[in-house]
Amino acid sequence: MEDIKPVMFKVTVDGVEVEVAPGTTIIQAARKIGPEVAPPAMCYYEPLKGSGGKCRACLVKVVAGSAKDPRPMPKLVASCITPVQDGMIVENFTSPQVVEARKGVVEFLLLNHPLDCPVCDQAGECHLQDFAFENGTSTTRYEEERRTFEKEDIGPYVQLHMTRCVLCYRCVYTADQITDGRVHGVMGRGDHAEISTYIGRAIDNDFSGNVIDVCPVGALTDKTYRFKNRVWFSKPVDAHCDCDKCCGNVQLWYRGDEVIRVTARKNEWGEVTAFICNTCRFEKKKTSDWVIEGPTKVNRASVISANKYGSNLIKKPDFALKLAESQFKNIDDSRPYVNDMSEIKQSEDYKVLKQINDSYFKK
Amino acid sequence: MSKKILTEHCSTPGIETFEVYRQKGGYAAVEKAVKKMTPEEVVEEVKKSGVRGRGGAGFPMGMKWSFLAKPEGVPRYLVCNADESEPGTFKDHYLMKTIPHLLIEGMIISSYALGANKSFIYVRGELMYVIHILEKAIEEAKAAGFLGKNILGSGYDLELVVQPGGGAYICGEETALLESLEGKRGNPRNKPPFPAVKGLYQSPTVVNNVESIATVSWIINNGGDAYAAVGVGKSTGTKLISASGHINKPGVYEIELGLSCDEFLNSDEYCGGVRTGHRLKAVVAGGSSVPIVPGALFLKNANGEDRLMSYESLSDGGFATGTMLGSGGFIAFDETACIVRNTWNFSRFYEHESCGQCSPCREGTGWMQKVLNRIEHGKGSMSDIDLLVDVSKKIEGNTICPLGDAAAWPVASAIRHFRDEFEWHIQHPLEATKAGAVYTGSVLV
Repeated sequence: MEDIKPVMFKVTVDGVEVEVAPGTTIIQAARKIGPEVAPPAMCYYEPLKGSGGKCRACLVKVVAGSAKDPRPMPKLVASCITPVQDGMIVENFTSPQVVEARKGVVEFLLLNHPLDCPVCDQAGECHLQDFAFENGTSTTRYEEERRTFEKEDIGPYVQLHMTRCVLCYRCVYTADQITDGRVHGVMGRGDHAEISTYIGRAIDNDFSGNVIDVCPVGALTDKTYRFKNRVWFSKPVDAHCDCDKCCGNVQLWYRGDEVIRVTARKNEWGEVTAFICNTCRFEKKKTSDWVIEGPTKVNRASVISANKYGSNLIKKPDFALKLAESQFKNIDDSRPYVNDMSEIKQSEDYKVLKQINDSYFKK
Repeated sequence: MSKKILTEHCSTPGIETFEVYRQKGGYAAVEKAVKKMTPEEVVEEVKKSGVRGRGGAGFPMGMKWSFLAKPEGVPRYLVCNADESEPGTFKDHYLMKTIPHLLIEGMIISSYALGANKSFIYVRGELMYVIHILEKAIEEAKAAGFLGKNILGSGYDLELVVQPGGGAYICGEETALLESLEGKRGNPRNKPPFPAVKGLYQSPTVVNNVESIATVSWIINNGGDAYAAVGVGKSTGTKLISASGHINKPGVYEIELGLSCDEFLNSDEYCGGVRTGHRLKAVVAGGSSVPIVPGALFLKNANGEDRLMSYESLSDGGFATGTMLGSGGFIAFDETACIVRNTWNFSRFYEHESCGQCSPCREGTGWMQKVLNRIEHGKGSMSDIDLLVDVSKKIEGNTICPLGDAAAWPVASAIRHFRDEFEWHIQHPLEATKAGAVYTGSVLV
């Protein structure tokens, strides 16, 4: 019998070709190639059905629609909701138009954002920080007053900071798809739209804590972890437990030998791989509750990896050394010494040092 | 007098009742369609007529109908978009309150052509009295056997539902309208899938404007070719224009597409000229979201040729010197109008009506409004003008639905054509913020 080969679509993103199954979105195809060409995403969340299309961070240019119809698409498209066609050619970081549009999206998202990173619990693991740092500019042209909201208490576990919200709708989808009843949603329209519960109800549900993990910014944070620590001072370890409600696979965040936070595990795109229940998240804060598996693999570029697990021993990549070399300048020691150095210059130590020094800085 | 297709009987007393409408030849098209024609033949006639969507985009209606997916065992829906809320557009409102049976008749024929057994008319919530008029008309049509089970013994069933909206401009966008109709928050959907494949309740759906549907009965009575003979080029038939602003005779006018802009503005049959004693400064030709143009560019295009009231002629010159017919919301401004204030007013509207789903529109509309507010109130700086242009560029084309474009175009075009007025506002804040102060350097017609 002949083998039936599944039909695969060839897609090119930023000059790199990849084969994917029909029905794959552009962002998934790009992620298959690697983080170098993957568009950023603030609202798209693969585990949540229907998410995406809102933040416009993942806009890409389709320069050829497909092999059959190689016309370009007239507008930039949101890569998270656009399915690929066979022979599609996509430009992401290589298109100046995309880079410019993305700069605009960063500016729009930061327009009303309070930029209170120094006091925000999300800082260090915030997607908006990453997105803005990688794609935005360092200044703003916004002179107007930022919008603010009346503070609202949405329950004992989850802290809502509406001013930080980028309205990605992830928490709405999470409540719809993971929990057994959604009590919060988006109220109002336009730039005064806000996440809120229906007439002041509290979010109270076995899986409600997952909205904290899916929130790309610090709008929904863990009340039991509030102001306890900066994420880069805590150590994440993988652990599990027998839980009758969820899979029990979590990350514990340690300060010293104290568990200060429990979160779900995330993949390299910052997406939760398995949602966890509130008991695991908020109640089990003792090491004895858990079976420790080992340190979490943290991306070397992440601030969380700083100063831990021998990160000082990690060999720096070649380009950093080359960069340092290319920018190295000799110290100009033709300046007159302020102090009288004649005595020092006579000493043996100085002569040895001078020898070593000269051998290093030979031209 | 030019051809009247929609408003022919509008001045007849009692035309809103079934009896009078029937006497004037109403519902003959329903009889003809369901008794003598197949649904395919009806679609074919509409295709032949070349009628284009009257809601603003101008997409050929017959084409839209033929794109409708027809999977087995899945219901199909027709939805009439009566959520008319574009500033400057009030033609559907007039049509529905004056001659409701024209819409009902069009709905019956269109639903028959598309194979829909349940159709909806989504009316903006503010027009509660129009909803009562439509509901009464539906009852009358049902009593006469033109609606309900087994229409005129043909075996075709149709239920017509009038649904009030909650009063949101965004629900005039077809996918937001469908979401709202399903009882959800009126946020536009990501496309694809398009409504023709997955629309209302995930079933194939056609969404048409009131005026588009109202033309169908005439097309069936007189044939698609007769309709195509009216008008000019690809702009076939007639169009309702809602004329407002500084003109002598504001109102709803039915024009034959291809009428010269000069005649429309100045003839006594239509607008009756610019307000007596004043001169034309600027024109918004098709509702607040189309680019605003100086009066001279409305009457003649950049090459000095006369402009016509048609889809092609008005958009001649692209965004640089042209505008669009849009939904036919004609607004004239004379020399007493302040373009900065007007642009700010439009942008206030779009900020208020943005659904807040996608970031460029949510944040950008508010930003533009705040900057324009500053300029209008004498607190602008020269860099604000370029900032507005840049922000509008970053919104345009990068949003989920066309509201982003609609918010960006009026600002971009106002600065393109009236930059000196913006500069005057910024450079002479004391003068510009005085009550009734207007820039006097504009070129008038």
